[in-house]
Amino acid sequence: MSIQGRMASLQMLGRVALKGAAGITLAYILTPLVFVTWLAFFRQEIPSFPPEGYSLRWFQAVAGNDRFVSGFILSLQVALTATGIGLCLGLPAALCLSRVRFRGREALSNLLLFPLVVPGIVLGIALYVAHVEVELATGLPIIGSLAGLIAGHVLIVIPWTVRLIMASLDGLDRSIEEAAQSLGANRLTTLRRVTLPAIRPGVVAATLFGFVTSFGNLEMSLFLVGPGRTTLPIAILQYLEWKIDPTIAAVSVLQILLVATVMLVTDRFVKISRVV
Amino acid sequence: MARLEINRITKRYGDVHAVRDVSLEVADGEFVVLLGPSGCGKTTTLRVIAGFAEPTSGAVRLGQRDITRLPPWKRNAGLVFQSYALFPHLTVAENVAFGLEMRKVPKSEVNERVREALRLVQLGQLGERLPRQLSGGQQQRVALARALAFHPDVLLLDEPLSNLDAKLRQEVRVEIRELQRKLGLTTVMVTHDQEEALTMADRLVVMNDGAVRQVGTQQDLYERPTDRFVAGFVGRSTFIDGEVEEPGRFRSVGGLLLACNATAAGPATLALRPERIMLRPAQNDGMDNHLAGVVEFVSYLGATVDIHVRISPKERVVMQLPNGTHGSASKVGDKVHVAWPAVNGIVFVGGTG
Repeated sequence: MSIQGRMASLQMLGRVALKGAAGITLAYILTPLVFVTWLAFFRQEIPSFPPEGYSLRWFQAVAGNDRFVSGFILSLQVALTATGIGLCLGLPAALCLSRVRFRGREALSNLLLFPLVVPGIVLGIALYVAHVEVELATGLPIIGSLAGLIAGHVLIVIPWTVRLIMASLDGLDRSIEEAAQSLGANRLTTLRRVTLPAIRPGVVAATLFGFVTSFGNLEMSLFLVGPGRTTLPIAILQYLEWKIDPTIAAVSVLQILLVATVMLVTDRFVKISRVV
Repeated sequence: MARLEINRITKRYGDVHAVRDVSLEVADGEFVVLLGPSGCGKTTTLRVIAGFAEPTSGAVRLGQRDITRLPPWKRNAGLVFQSYALFPHLTVAENVAFGLEMRKVPKSEVNERVREALRLVQLGQLGERLPRQLSGGQQQRVALARALAFHPDVLLLDEPLSNLDAKLRQEVRVEIRELQRKLGLTTVMVTHDQEEALTMADRLVVMNDGAVRQVGTQQDLYERPTDRFVAGFVGRSTFIDGEVEEPGRFRSVGGLLLACNATAAGPATLALRPERIMLRPAQNDGMDNHLAGVVEFVSYLGATVDIHVRISPKERVVMQLPNGTHGSASKVGDKVHVAWPAVNGIVFVGGTG
């Protein structure tokens, strides 16, 4: 075989290997999702193969389950509020960290990432202990309160908002801000008319990731919820302690659908893939 | 348009002088180019004029105003950036309108002036496009239109052509220059490209190490450079180190005795422009300097040929000859005679680099 021929067949082999690896990875990621979705439509109560038939009864069961419904509403409430607050804190923090040189900037930037690094359980216990101490010291009802829960979620939203917005700002050509100023825009106008619109994809991605992180959080929330106040992931966990039936799969499918819809709709307006 | 005056500007970052005691006057309608290698302080000087760097000391005046402490948005200076810095989320027309909106120009007038500015840079049709849908050359024009639309007192250009390909760059040079003349724009441009600087400027400011080395016209810089740096940066020069033994007599480190028109004795450097050295027959026909040498290197450049000739164990000169006139010096090892009149050598006494 000629050298060119050998090169060509080697290249072909490389391409096949690459596609194969990509295929395996994709299958690895998608298989659980496919099975969960499939399971949610089984008719029988005990998840076993092959299915005896298909039905939508488990979705009805979810809708009829007060704990799931109220958990969903609470999770939505908490995630939206925490994301909103996280954005309000994260945006100025990101602007400051990427635009102003000061001592301890690196350290502060890493500190803001910390809630991502600390395991959720540890974070939950630490917050719980802190809440107890503060409540004992001040008498304010903090333990198990909605405010306490939201505050905790703000903590895990902030790393996403700060980091993603900072990444956008760092990728932004500084000279467009200077151009705006040379054209007569003061700092505030420059921020409003040029900087924020230019980093919009980053802000949207930050919102999205913050929301998803908060909505799906289980470990930390376990320590922060109070009586009669249960988030959706906790409701799922509690349900699982009693029985295993396709209701759980149905809930999961609904959750996957929600997140996927949010992602797809957002992606139509800003290309998230450009940011993350 | 207005007159720009920079008075003894110094900008220090910690212990580092980015700009050291720079003064400059740009007349109304004049095109001045700041030229120098990277890190020479030319960009910092421009940023001081634009208001993005506050000088440690010194003052900037634009027209009748002292603008030294004014923020950029109150200076009324039109700026074109190297990266063009177009707003990616706004259309071409919205980009150009930005400066007018900031000045609260009525909407109907904004449209009229945007059209006018785009016509000026020959982009009348493209107002509705987004910047990313334009070629580099078109983006550059939009940036220029945006900087001109609000009728600035001074136009500042920061390496505006360095992202264009070579052919386009030559066209745009001429376009910008003609536009600048037509509108009588007071303009300061920064560049490291000497050809660009020579093509466009009324006057040039050569900078190095944060300081102004020489201010003058193209002829001033080329014919009468004031120091070795300028002689090496504007055009090319061969430098021969040595000493002026007595007025008119230069002895090189390699032991050559050369005629020059220096009047003061002392250590000195002799600079020779490559096209001012001639090939001569072996017989001296009355030239002040006539030396035998050996060709060591030849590069063929099309219209001209560069020939490096060794004239002493320690010295070599570079000469540039029109193509076709280098007959006897066409290959390495050829024995030749080179010559130049004393006036063609520029002597820097003190030998400072």
